[in-house]
Amino acid sequence: MSRLVRLDRSGHTDLASWTAADQAAYEDAAKLFREQLAGGYMGVAKLEDDSCEQVKKLPLEADLVMLRRPIAGG
Amino acid sequence: MEGHAALPELEAVSWRRPVDERWLRLREAVSAAYTGVYCLPFVVLGIALVLLEPLLFPVSLVSFLHAWVIPELFAYRGARVVLPGSPSPHSRAESAAQGLLGDLLGHQERELQRTTGLAPERGTLGTWLVGEAGALMVRPGGRRIHTFCARVTEPGLPPSDRIAHLLLALREDERGFATVANHAFAGGAWRIRRRLPKRQRLALDRARQLPARAP
Repeated sequence: MSRLVRLDRSGHTDLASWTAADQAAYEDAAKLFREQLAGGYMGVAKLEDDSCEQVKKLPLEADLVMLRRPIAGG
Repeated sequence: MEGHAALPELEAVSWRRPVDERWLRLREAVSAAYTGVYCLPFVVLGIALVLLEPLLFPVSLVSFLHAWVIPELFAYRGARVVLPGSPSPHSRAESAAQGLLGDLLGHQERELQRTTGLAPERGTLGTWLVGEAGALMVRPGGRRIHTFCARVTEPGLPPSDRIAHLLLALREDERGFATVANHAFAGGAWRIRRRLPKRQRLALDRARQLPARAP
């Protein structure tokens, strides 16, 4: 089961989940993902080796995709 | 997966030279020279005063004090990036954020983060310790350290969420993260260690033992 999670003031919010076999659930999650990107969030997919990758399109096969805010020098 | 290797935030600091091995070594040399230029005159003055007139010893002590205080201030500025903020109440938001951060870390890293407030991450430039408002990077060998100041642009996030934001950006693009963040200090790890609270020293000691990741 793949998850789309947003890091926000509530700690984090589970926005959607899908499986590779459930195309409708994926489409719903992808629509939500696009809306969040339009709202200023950035998509980050967690890869198998624990590294992360910036994504502009919701990857079907990623287990965990997170939405984060931009960072800047402090 | 359609990925983007470079951190998108780099666009906002396009004038900065990307951080790499050479940049870090140069920064270490400049920092050492800078400290020397500031401190050496006070040391020389202190010695000269005593040689000229031993009764001026109290004045020479003031000069030595200046030579000691200046590097201490540099180190304080460097350590401040990971000093714990004001204690936040144990809220539901922080618990949720801590859960997600825990999912991002391995077992040992998770324990260290919960004990010290700093999340360890092995990079190719060195071993990082990520806090709420910045990160320390221990260079391979464990003797030199760089500190970076960084923040999430959204206010009001729970502490663990701020750490998770910085950790994600670091994992996406280590060099990009170091370029976007403001460099605060380069120098001996012992100088930063003595300015950290006890529990954070434990994290630094562990980080000094961890090897950097192979490029």
